[in-house]
Amino acid sequence: MKLTTIPQRLAADSFVIDEDESHITVDQELCRSTGTDKVLIAVCPAGVYQERDGQLTVDYAGCLECGTCFAVAAPGAIQWHYPRGGYGVNYREG
Amino acid sequence: MTNSGGPAVDFDVAVVGAGPAGSVAAYRLAKEGLSVVQVERGVTPGSKNLSGGVLYGRVLDDLLPGYANEAPVERKITRHVTMLMTKDSAVALDYSSRLLCDPVNAVTVLRAKFDPWLAAKAEEAGAFLMTGVRVDSLLTEPGPNGAPTVVGLRAGDDELRTRVVIAADGVNSFLARSVGLTTTPPMNQLAIGIKAVVGLPRRTIEDRFALSDDEGAAFAIVGDCTLGVGGGGFLYTNTESLSLGVVLRLDDLLRSGHGAAEVFDHLGQHPMLAPYLRDGEIREYGCHLIAEGGYAMVGQLAMNGMLVAGEAAGLTINSGLVVRGMDLAIGSGIAAADAAAEAIAKGDISKSGLAGYRRRLEDSFVLQDMRTYARAPQFFERPELYGAYGELAASILQSTYSLDGTPRKHLARVARQALKTSSVKSRRLLRDAVAGVRSL
Repeated sequence: MKLTTIPQRLAADSFVIDEDESHITVDQELCRSTGTDKVLIAVCPAGVYQERDGQLTVDYAGCLECGTCFAVAAPGAIQWHYPRGGYGVNYREG
Repeated sequence: MTNSGGPAVDFDVAVVGAGPAGSVAAYRLAKEGLSVVQVERGVTPGSKNLSGGVLYGRVLDDLLPGYANEAPVERKITRHVTMLMTKDSAVALDYSSRLLCDPVNAVTVLRAKFDPWLAAKAEEAGAFLMTGVRVDSLLTEPGPNGAPTVVGLRAGDDELRTRVVIAADGVNSFLARSVGLTTTPPMNQLAIGIKAVVGLPRRTIEDRFALSDDEGAAFAIVGDCTLGVGGGGFLYTNTESLSLGVVLRLDDLLRSGHGAAEVFDHLGQHPMLAPYLRDGEIREYGCHLIAEGGYAMVGQLAMNGMLVAGEAAGLTINSGLVVRGMDLAIGSGIAAADAAAEAIAKGDISKSGLAGYRRRLEDSFVLQDMRTYARAPQFFERPELYGAYGELAASILQSTYSLDGTPRKHLARVARQALKTSSVKSRRLLRDAVAGVRSL
């Protein structure tokens, strides 16, 4: 099996991207002070969370909507809800 | 619309979510003649849903006889393999039987194909399906017994008023949480499942897994496939693809220092699986949060005007050999529908009026099985299961099969010696074996 990179895998998935609204927001300060940033980077299978120049970046467009980040984040460190109806990942196999 | 008094409503029942729990509930209620709306946030049913993919569907066959021949199921499982895996060895329990396909015991499904079929059954029965609509919150009013009563749903600017809401909105159930019925479980009761659907020709799959026609195989794997992280790997056959994945307990994943995707990649490159996966192409990559707390995590399932079903209610079982969710979802969907219909008929949708839900679950396989395996989650917290035990089994078999010119010893002696050099203490092994027998 050709083990593609995560961006390649996400490119093969189907998404309807909500250009107007991110369904994820992070509190940089709280993410850093609670260590949530490291935890999010480790648990997200889609690589939505990355660290760039000391900041936690969020590529919400590639979110697979599992909710793991929200379940493990320190209270208040991130806000996460489902994308608006009709937007987000669109599994064709599932 | 049935009208048993009380305030005017748009529908008798609103079902949130078009997974197995929701669609079965909507189907059953519509069959009973109640007015039902089913609200799904995906563009089509199933488009947000992901499973490893084995459905133990006898409960569905009772509801929709012959479903396995009509529904878009992938393969009928006739071979179950449970495998302990090390870096370079695999020790497996391999059970195949034609008895497993008549009557059909388990099938593999791909949810984006299966869920639309089940939702269509509810629609045909008369349920009104709304897709692409995210429910934002519950409408509540102060109830007669002091506690709030759910009286409907809000989605954007729209409101739907109902007698009963059935929240079948999945593991993250924002609805159940918003009214305090469930809370986020601790990390040792949560796992992340990551799956790739790997395309391969039909015939190749049948040859590699020793299957004929529409038979299928399900591999459950523990050990090095997860780099020792608590959880396991799975490999299931679909018609023209494989479902390959890992399930990782979050507390152990974070302790290990590995990333979730890194563990999945390790499985995808594992030499012991390579012959099964050769030339496969990743068609889709997805993930799903799993609540693995078992019976202890099943919380409040009812309040005035609302019931919680399926994963939203924490209904999953992992017995090590058998991993279940969809069948429990279906069982709970049936129970929720019947309890809601009963409460509406007698004009009492309060928590006590809806108490028939819990009673039905307790009387059915759903909570009986959850109880039987109540101690399983705790059992699976033993780290030896994901490393040392597989190593020990592989080393005993290696000494048995590898005739390296040294004089042979009896099996019991080989085992004793392997145990001595292993990190496993024999007393520990014995204790865990007893615990395993008791919990599983």
